Amino acid sequence: MPKFSDPNLLVGFDTSDDASVYKMDENTALIQTVDIFPPVVDDPYEYGQIAAVNSLSDVYAMGGDPKLALNIFCFPEDLPKDVVQAILQGGYEKVQEAEALITGGHTIQDNEPKYGLSVTGFAHPAEILMNNNVKDGDVLILTKALGTGILTTAAKAGLLDEATYKALVKSMTQLNKYSAEIMKKYSVNSCTDVTGFGLLGHAFEMAYGSGVTINLDHTKLPVLPEAFDMAEMGIIPAGAYRNRESLDDVVLVKEKVPLAAEDILYDPQTAGGLLISLPEAEGMKLAKELGGAAEIIGWAEMFNDYSVIVG
Amino acid sequence: MVIHVDARGCACPEPVIKTKKAIAQEHDEVVVLVDNKTALENVKRFAGKSKHQVTVEEVEDYYQLTLKK
Repeated sequence: MPKFSDPNLLVGFDTSDDASVYKMDENTALIQTVDIFPPVVDDPYEYGQIAAVNSLSDVYAMGGDPKLALNIFCFPEDLPKDVVQAILQGGYEKVQEAEALITGGHTIQDNEPKYGLSVTGFAHPAEILMNNNVKDGDVLILTKALGTGILTTAAKAGLLDEATYKALVKSMTQLNKYSAEIMKKYSVNSCTDVTGFGLLGHAFEMAYGSGVTINLDHTKLPVLPEAFDMAEMGIIPAGAYRNRESLDDVVLVKEKVPLAAEDILYDPQTAGGLLISLPEAEGMKLAKELGGAAEIIGWAEMFNDYSVIVG
Repeated sequence: MVIHVDARGCACPEPVIKTKKAIAQEHDEVVVLVDNKTALENVKRFAGKSKHQVTVEEVEDYYQLTLKK
């Protein structure tokens, strides 16, 4: 593949970051991202909300504010009109909550529905938070609980009670906007959002890109209710095994870590939280201000043999 | 009594759900056939959780799991 290069391209294809970033002038960087996926829950309105939260998240993870969004919507011809409306309604409401605008979009006929948005945002070039700037001595904070892949799989099999399902949807429909606003008040070194590659996959990208080792404490992981039980029962999506296979050589999971916790670490997340790296001295304060599920889950040190070590 | 579950061609979480239904019945042994690694790993985990001993045999293009109480 040909390589694109431009002196103003701050973040491109090659660093596995969350979005592309282009410097327009001394004060403005343009952030662009796109993400679509098939329904993760049965309710069309919730699905629309979740897809939008997920699409907007990449802009927050780069340290920016989303401004413009375009719908990308694939659906079968026979999908009832009210379902189409509900999906779009969910997306519109989340984009509105994000104080961004939907300015158009594209629809296409497809056998299986897919929805998401291409989002454009802005930031000051100095405020861009890349995923490859973790420093020795940083602590890592995760802002949302893990287990959305396992629990959406369980929900499809009808294994979740109402309260667990509600907690799952509440987490997936929560914009990373609020965490990002708080994060910006601190000296954050690096940030990403946790999505398809699971916590371990995204922690690996951060650690590898930064040339450090990230240590994660499995006892500190925020986990959604029932996710641990469902993992023990083997309600684990194929994506989790793919993540495990691709990370096998670069990640060390110590023997004391229970298998279910390991499965949760590899579980692909939908509309997951931000993974924030900042100096230890400010870590406790940020985790406290974030509240909710936010936890300090690990720390970074000089590289030693593995990019990520889970103990 | 041996219960047979053919979960070949089934995607996650179906193989586990089928196995779960099988072990809810009176049984000495449940034999489960799956044809992908995700299903293999998931049914193995389920066997452990439901207090069964599990042995795996690779047969041609599928796996045969035997769950014993």
